[in-house]
Amino acid sequence: MDSTPPLDIPLRIRLLRLLTNAWSWLFLIFIIGFFETWSWVIYDRTFFGNLYNVQSVLLTATQILMMALGLTLVIISAGIDLSIGFIAGLAAVTMAVVIRAFPELPPVLSFSMGISAGIAVALVPGMINGWLIAKLKVPSFIGTLGMFGVTRGVAFLIAGGATVSISNSTAKAFGNGKLFDVVPIPVVVAIAVTLFFHYLLKYTKFGLYTYAMGGNIQSAVRAGVNTTRITFFIYLLSAFTAALAGLFYTARFSAGAADAGEPILLNAVAAVFIGGASLTGGSGTIAGTVIGSLIIAIIQFGLVFIGMPPFWQFITVGLVIIIAVLIDQSRAKIAQSTSRPAS
Amino acid sequence: MNTEPILSIDDVSKRFGGVLASRNVSLDLYEGEVLALAGDNGAGKSTLIKMIAGVHQPDRGEILFRGQSIIHRSPQEVRDLGIETIYQDLALADNLDVGVNIFLGRERMKRVLGIPVLDRRTMRDEARGALKHLGIVLSDLSMPVQFLSGGQRQAIAISRAVYWQAKLIIMDEPTAALGVPEQREVKLLIKKLKAQGVAIILISHNLTDIFEVCDRILVLERGRKAGERMIGDTNEDEVVGMMMGRILDEG
Repeated sequence: MDSTPPLDIPLRIRLLRLLTNAWSWLFLIFIIGFFETWSWVIYDRTFFGNLYNVQSVLLTATQILMMALGLTLVIISAGIDLSIGFIAGLAAVTMAVVIRAFPELPPVLSFSMGISAGIAVALVPGMINGWLIAKLKVPSFIGTLGMFGVTRGVAFLIAGGATVSISNSTAKAFGNGKLFDVVPIPVVVAIAVTLFFHYLLKYTKFGLYTYAMGGNIQSAVRAGVNTTRITFFIYLLSAFTAALAGLFYTARFSAGAADAGEPILLNAVAAVFIGGASLTGGSGTIAGTVIGSLIIAIIQFGLVFIGMPPFWQFITVGLVIIIAVLIDQSRAKIAQSTSRPAS
Repeated sequence: MNTEPILSIDDVSKRFGGVLASRNVSLDLYEGEVLALAGDNGAGKSTLIKMIAGVHQPDRGEILFRGQSIIHRSPQEVRDLGIETIYQDLALADNLDVGVNIFLGRERMKRVLGIPVLDRRTMRDEARGALKHLGIVLSDLSMPVQFLSGGQRQAIAISRAVYWQAKLIIMDEPTAALGVPEQREVKLLIKKLKAQGVAIILISHNLTDIFEVCDRILVLERGRKAGERMIGDTNEDEVVGMMMGRILDEG
């Protein structure tokens, strides 16, 4: 009765798969080596051995990562969230406006109120996204594009069309302080949030269903998964991490701007794809997104450091995105080559 | 063979707008029996299995599964009772591994430092057992199922049904997208299931397959039952005649 062959996968395929999965790590090591070497050749000193440089890279990466964490879930579920840039801005200005409204309160209290208000307000567009996409089955691209516009308008209205500056010692300490004088506080918070998202995606049913929905929505539906509920929470979490990005901004610069997150949106999308996510959904990891965020942050900061005009960032990040997509496609081809023969 | 039918369909009809997709169909199915459901496109095969699976409710008639009415139950409730339907697309999550696919929707959890986490190891081990039960040996269950062949994927879908103790498995064209060697594997699987007492309804266009693995054949033609035969009592010509509406037992 053993006519069924064992489910074996050829070694060549295994190696190729390993390589396509590991390339972002290799690429990270490559650009670290690249900038370090360049720094020694040009300036005769270290790049990554310098604490300030590392802190700056990590702070830049944190901004990208916060937006990208929730987006990773969205993209794995085969969706996209274009509204997170202005959701971050909305959170940033809400926090600043609330802190300004209570100058007589102790800074810790008005800071806490600002944070809570920022998150609460930012969750509203997240819920609307979730409702549109999960319940009304609006394609995520269109639904979140609509909310991109709405959130943008609301954020500028709240801010009164300008940057809202604040003077709050707690915010300043949070945004610019360093744990043990070494690790910036936002980086510490980002690590905690990242670990939570890693747990969520890898170790819970919620995470598993997110992957299943991205791989084959029917597989989830037939397994009795409440895909509407999962989808709703995915977009809510996306708004939540975007809000954190906005709050970090306000704390760091002592000012809330409606367009605080907008320039980071595409970098966040790029970080998720560089980290191994696929446009068609079903793949991607939090670890990958962390790597993707670091890669983009190093490119951004490194190019400035070596004295290139900042516009080279756009070109370089753009090229890296294209490489990421090409690698994703070759991965899809590997899968096809082993899958069922044409009937 | 048990004298009580495991599935009993009594005079069901279903109308979609102006189309009578199913008219006065009756059928009994017993444990360990493989029944072929044949008929041309639009003959009402899909409508009939979807009424059994709880996707459609019949307008008239009754469906009993192990003596229990199932006509007003949801697909999930019907599955929980032990009727598993394997559609042509298999409903596997291609990006996930074998273990997870078998447990999707009914995952095993464990606690690490008090925090609930998915128990992938147990799911993988149990999946290995479920596949072995059907004579399928795996070397690596951590690979996403998209890397497996069509026949292997079919085997996983079937294993999932068996693992969750399906007493009746409905298969929609299980061999249609497969190469010849893989068709043979799937037919072997059907025979193993039959030996384990599972009742099977097999939708197929392939008369060779039907005559090879089925005990009985029911032919539908424009929603009605054109005829029902024991496999030994009929031949391909007669079955084709029934499918074309030239031979009609009733009505």
